Amino acid sequence: MSARLIALGIAFVALVTVPYWMPGDYYINVASQILFYAIFALGLNVLVGYAGLVSLGHAGLFGIAAYATAYMLQIGYGHTAAIVVALIVGIASMAVFAVLSLRSTGIGFIMITLALGEILWGLAYRWISLTGGDNGINVRLRPALFEYSLSSANTFYYTTLVVFLLSVAAMTVFVRSPFGASLMGTRDQPRRMNALGYHVWMIRFYACLVSGLLTAVSGILFVYYTQFISPQTLALTSSAEVLLMVISGGAGTLLGPMVGAALVVVVKTVVSGFIERWNFLLGAIFVAIVILMPEGLVPGSARLWRLAWRKMNTPGKAAVTEGKP
Amino acid sequence: MSALTVSGLCKAFGGLHVTTDVDLNVEPGERRLIIGPNGAGKTTLFNLITGEITPDKGSIHLFGQDITKTPSRRRPHLGMARTYQIITLFARDTIIHNVSLALLGLSPARWNPLIDIKHQGHLIEHGRAALERVGLAHIADRPLAQTSYGERRRVEIAMALAQNPKLLLLDEPFAGLSIDERRDVKQLLLAIPRDVTIVMIEHNMDVALEFAERITLLHFGEVILEGTRAEVVADPRTREVYLGH
Repeated sequence: MSARLIALGIAFVALVTVPYWMPGDYYINVASQILFYAIFALGLNVLVGYAGLVSLGHAGLFGIAAYATAYMLQIGYGHTAAIVVALIVGIASMAVFAVLSLRSTGIGFIMITLALGEILWGLAYRWISLTGGDNGINVRLRPALFEYSLSSANTFYYTTLVVFLLSVAAMTVFVRSPFGASLMGTRDQPRRMNALGYHVWMIRFYACLVSGLLTAVSGILFVYYTQFISPQTLALTSSAEVLLMVISGGAGTLLGPMVGAALVVVVKTVVSGFIERWNFLLGAIFVAIVILMPEGLVPGSARLWRLAWRKMNTPGKAAVTEGKP
Repeated sequence: MSALTVSGLCKAFGGLHVTTDVDLNVEPGERRLIIGPNGAGKTTLFNLITGEITPDKGSIHLFGQDITKTPSRRRPHLGMARTYQIITLFARDTIIHNVSLALLGLSPARWNPLIDIKHQGHLIEHGRAALERVGLAHIADRPLAQTSYGERRRVEIAMALAQNPKLLLLDEPFAGLSIDERRDVKQLLLAIPRDVTIVMIEHNMDVALEFAERITLLHFGEVILEGTRAEVVADPRTREVYLGH
């Protein structure tokens, strides 16, 4: 337990001091990206990991919050109004998604979310008067918090970090709460949960709203980061990418989606500078994860670590204990 | 007023009539046994009573209240609890967490996303009390994956008991148990106070007959016979339908 606290403390200090040990603005920006993609992955993880509902339409929700922010700014509203409207639009879209897709689970849920995500992508692409079509919408200015403009890499990083830490804290509370337990119950035994007096549909619906909130938050951070939004962000590949973050890191864990986000962002931005075929590398990494630790990087590493630890402590009996859980 | 009244209940899956015009009247505190050969529609009858399946015709009353149209998730709140023939538990969690979920199902706290479930003292306390009744309190914190089949059967019963039901529906609580385990489960069922009405489906006649006061015999979805234990056992139709010779 204390080892865990020390690890958390080190991680916290490392995150807070990023601008001091990173070699330049470029890498601080990569760190910002990791953080808001981690929030996105945490949001999707509420459904994939804790509700057992796999969504392939989340990029649409991420994008609609980003578009809402950009559009509000374009037509002349301030940042506060833009952010509030984007959050409302994001959650409301999620509610519509949920009502339509919660009619089924499993493959049905995946296909309906996929279709809805594609509809949003199509709208972004074709509703040119609203979205600018292929040209997208530019966001001219990032907001300023008190006297600190978020236009520099450092201030934007710290803002993202604060939102990220709040999201992680909220998720930590959420998964340990009775509602979190109810949600995981509906994932494992929906029929039993119903027979025990739980409203399975409503529990899943609320979980969707929580997921939608985190997704909208990350979408808003994204649009302020890139200062540009185009239909590409809503494409199916983006939905698949965030799903891979969740699954590669470890669905149904708190740390997993964050690790998955870091992995994908680092390969996509940093490694792609050195290796032209970074997609191939990312694919190879995912295949390796699936083969070596199908439960995801975080639970998989923990398992291997325990195994190694036991082997080290009982050198003679290593072969005997290995097979046991 | 009866604990459970089922009247004219019908259910067909396509052309297969699994429940045909079933009438059932269970008095408060009664121990009722439902028997019948495989495919007689016993579990379907339970699923109709708990609302997991909606009937085509007929009505169900729980302590005088018409619950025919009440959603199945509301029925536990009205005092109805069931166990499953096929064990349906939360395999990733501990025994105490399984029972806590049963308790939480009836508590408004199940919607609360802000408190820590581990700090909900009453859940743990009542959960342990329920486990005490089935003799599993000493392994309450054991992960379910590390328990035996017999222990899981008892967790099923503990979850139903934890909900403090007025009507308890037991679907083959002795299925797959050893002789020793059957004796233990019978003891714990006998210890359930009389303010709980029990309807039980069971094949193990040696343990079930002792427990039952009245017996209903189902065959091809119909009630063939109903009466006291002695009447049903003595009736030649029981032998013919159920014992098969």
